[in-house]
Amino acid sequence: MADDEHRGPRPTGFDTLALHAGQKPDTATGARATPIYQSASFVFPDSDFAVGLFNIERAGHVYSRLSNPTNAVLEERISALEHGVAAIAVASGQAAMHLAVSTICSAGDHVVASRSLYGGTHNLLQYTLPRFGIETTFVDPRSPGAFGAAIRDNTRLVFGEILGNPGLEVLDVPAVAKVAHDADLPLLVDATFATPYLCKPIDLGADLVFHSATKFLSGHGIVIGGVVIDGGTFDWEASGKFPTLTEPYEGFHDLVFAEEFGPQAFIVRARREGLRDFGACMSPTTAFHVLQGLETLPIRMEKHVANTREVAAFLDQHESVTSVSYPELPSHPDHDLSARLLPRGAGAVFSFDIKGGRDAGRTFIENLSIFSHLANVGDAKSLVIHPASTTHHRMDAEALAAAGIGEGLVRLSIGLEDPRDLIGDLSRALRRAARTPG
Amino acid sequence: MSGTRIQVDGRTVYVGNGSGLPRPDAESVVFVHGAGMDHTVWALPSRYFARQGLRVAAVDLPGHGRSEGPPFDRVGDMAAWLGQVLDGLAIPTAAVVGHSMGSLVAYRFASTMPDRCRALALLGTSAPMPVTHPLLSAAKDNHHAAIDMANTWSHSTGTLGANANPGVWMLAVGERLLERSAPGVFHADLTACNTFVVDGDAVIGCPVLVIAGNDDMMTPARAGLGVAQSLPEARVVRLEGCGHAMLNERPNEVLDALISVVAA
Repeated sequence: MADDEHRGPRPTGFDTLALHAGQKPDTATGARATPIYQSASFVFPDSDFAVGLFNIERAGHVYSRLSNPTNAVLEERISALEHGVAAIAVASGQAAMHLAVSTICSAGDHVVASRSLYGGTHNLLQYTLPRFGIETTFVDPRSPGAFGAAIRDNTRLVFGEILGNPGLEVLDVPAVAKVAHDADLPLLVDATFATPYLCKPIDLGADLVFHSATKFLSGHGIVIGGVVIDGGTFDWEASGKFPTLTEPYEGFHDLVFAEEFGPQAFIVRARREGLRDFGACMSPTTAFHVLQGLETLPIRMEKHVANTREVAAFLDQHESVTSVSYPELPSHPDHDLSARLLPRGAGAVFSFDIKGGRDAGRTFIENLSIFSHLANVGDAKSLVIHPASTTHHRMDAEALAAAGIGEGLVRLSIGLEDPRDLIGDLSRALRRAARTPG
Repeated sequence: MSGTRIQVDGRTVYVGNGSGLPRPDAESVVFVHGAGMDHTVWALPSRYFARQGLRVAAVDLPGHGRSEGPPFDRVGDMAAWLGQVLDGLAIPTAAVVGHSMGSLVAYRFASTMPDRCRALALLGTSAPMPVTHPLLSAAKDNHHAAIDMANTWSHSTGTLGANANPGVWMLAVGERLLERSAPGVFHADLTACNTFVVDGDAVIGCPVLVIAGNDDMMTPARAGLGVAQSLPEARVVRLEGCGHAMLNERPNEVLDALISVVAA
């Protein structure tokens, strides 16, 4: 039979998985929605079963810091959507990043990371982890070769955001994954801005993925949460660089995770050590809200992207705007890469520079009525922030430029409103900003 | 606790031990995985029986997991090799547990070396175990469709999960294990299943447990019941709503059933 004649079963569609993966009607009550199991602990049937749960002989739940039935549905669902073997839901996106790094890196290790990162992630890598002996070299996300050049003997992780912050650099995941794998290292991707609906980094070559579930996954700005997903693709033993996964762990009776759990080695260690000891677990109520968000993720992302295209096109032609940074625009340096890796759309967060600098930016922000001025993205409602007058107000023009932030740079997160209303709101605020004395 | 590596016919064989302590004099339980898999499918029961004080030997068949190849393409060769492995481990007798193709290896081991098998557990079994032409053909070409077919058909309830193991997406676990197989290994395994012939004169006198999933599309429950009916000492546990990948889908029920025969 010719190779191209082989046909496997059609996989379950993304939209179906977003609604059903990981959950059946509750066996006790018949509840169709995932119940919120708001319980700290779970009763053991007997003592031997209890030991079996603690010793990873049995499947089930002990204590909601380690696992919880509501969280488990979310974890299984996001695993299915990202095409990973397993996931862990945690307290925030920052907790997800920390859990991923701390599971495989120890004091003396080194990370190579894109320099276009969310500020919180940058703080963790630049300032906090060095106190614990883990250093990071930051490189140009548009240069896979720069990632390779920065790899040292003690490097243990390569990391980037699928859409960088604030310039929306598109990470060439296949190319950076090859660089990482050629050095026997895993690639971790923050896919928060894309969601699995727009891009599945594991299918492109990444090994680990995390999200701030606060953003588009939950989608309504009502919870703080994170998820980390293990692709099960990286061969920790063949690499030989990851003793936390390939050597006996005294903290769990000399368990060798890679030997006993194969493609689940990373996620089992993350749960049995990182979640156990650092304790940044997700509340079951939060997990329920994120699950509700996931159920409508496909239709929300379609609308987010459609609205963003209209708004970006409007701003791109506006006389008060000097530039728009959105990868779907031909002017963006990663336009072609975005079309290849993010064919359904380049997300709903982008930035633009307003004429008139810092003062015009402040006036613009203060004259918006539909857009909410706050520090978040990925809400159903449209959001805006002007870094030079808020998060980065202490920086002068030179320092802002060094960080890749213009004085007039404004970041938008486009929501689900009628795009005509969003454009009207922006248009009015731009007119007011244009009258700002400069 | 790391597993054991021994040499059989000049090739390295890996044997998982469920993190058990060295117990040369303890009763033994041997686990044999299915086509394209490795010892990690037995992670939970291995750890259980190791804690109970049994000596656990979860083998990686040749060419699978951490054992050197090449793979066998005959069940009889796998069963004879298993005998050599137990010789190398100085295990005279054991309870032998096999899943899918591994159940055929266990069956043949018990029928050809009955004095070495104190109990037998056959999970997701069928004898014979015919394999469809599209699956064999795709596996022969090392095409991913073979993985997709086997993996999808091994799980019940379509592909929607709801796993007892928190956070685990079963389909991807099975897929990754199959993807880790070297080219040709999965086809050799499927060929071994497809060519397996029941020895009508075989006598298996030890206690036998057959575990059958009522929603098993790879080895339908009726086939497992047929195997049980051919063995005078066989007992059957049927798992409602369970597919072929029963170690993923119903780990606690499978372990409970195994305890009844392995630890007896």
